[in-house]
Amino acid sequence: MGRMRLEKTTATPRSVGASSTSRGLWCRLEIPSDLKQLEEVEETILSQCQRYSFTDRDLFALKLAIDEAFANAVKHGNHCDCDKHVRIKYRVTPRRADVVVEDEGPGFNPASLPDPTLDQHIECTHGRGILLMRAFMNNVVFSPSGNSVTLTKFNDSARNNTEHSIAFG
Amino acid sequence: MLQDAARLKITRDGDVVLVEFTHRKILDEANIAEIGDQLVALVENEHRPKVIISFAGVDHLSSAALGTLITVNNKVRSHDGQLRLCNIHPQIFEVFVITKLNKLFRIYPTIKEAKESFDPQSKQSVI
Repeated sequence: MGRMRLEKTTATPRSVGASSTSRGLWCRLEIPSDLKQLEEVEETILSQCQRYSFTDRDLFALKLAIDEAFANAVKHGNHCDCDKHVRIKYRVTPRRADVVVEDEGPGFNPASLPDPTLDQHIECTHGRGILLMRAFMNNVVFSPSGNSVTLTKFNDSARNNTEHSIAFG
Repeated sequence: MLQDAARLKITRDGDVVLVEFTHRKILDEANIAEIGDQLVALVENEHRPKVIISFAGVDHLSSAALGTLITVNNKVRSHDGQLRLCNIHPQIFEVFVITKLNKLFRIYPTIKEAKESFDPQSKQSVI
């Protein structure tokens, strides 16, 4: 995979490149730090997943995880600074969807976050995004600095078809 | 009385306030701050409010929406009121289960059951 070339954008999501690997085409976008900017990008990713018959549950899970990752990038990474951007890189294949969300912040240590399901934190009004990402994705991997997260969701319908093929030849 | 705001449909039935959402994406990250402000303002004007929030037609919500619901729940309690949630899609209910907020909120399958739960004599039926 070649090095990403990024260009600054001002108002709307903008494609900044694509590259093909043996496991599919990566698309790259850069979005201003504005929560309202995500919908169009999300619809593009999810429509590609629909083309490969990802299940409704997969689509729900992906939307939820992308929402959470983007919200964290905008609010905690870029502190809602509209001069800063969120970089999104995604790849959808018949078997899986991978989405990378990266902000311009210094990063954080995800292991340092408290468990929001404990009684003493249950009434906190924030801090559940990463828990939900991990619950709904097959893989959630943070970069060492913590300012980038890679979300992976396998296509349950493709896996079921594969299992069916194996079972019935 | 029917108050039909752009994002919320608010109906009164006796002393019960029923809140319904007018758009299926109403609880997305991009919308939740405004919804939260409206819900808190609604409760602020009530004495011992009995509030039902119906999630009928809502097919998605974010963790920020959960935070807003906690804020609303606290506001309701601070006014000696009661909050009930109902009509939650199974996928969204899973979000409540994962976060264990199904134990914090009183969640019922239908509006009817949520209404009946305000009667201290009635039997609770949590999903």
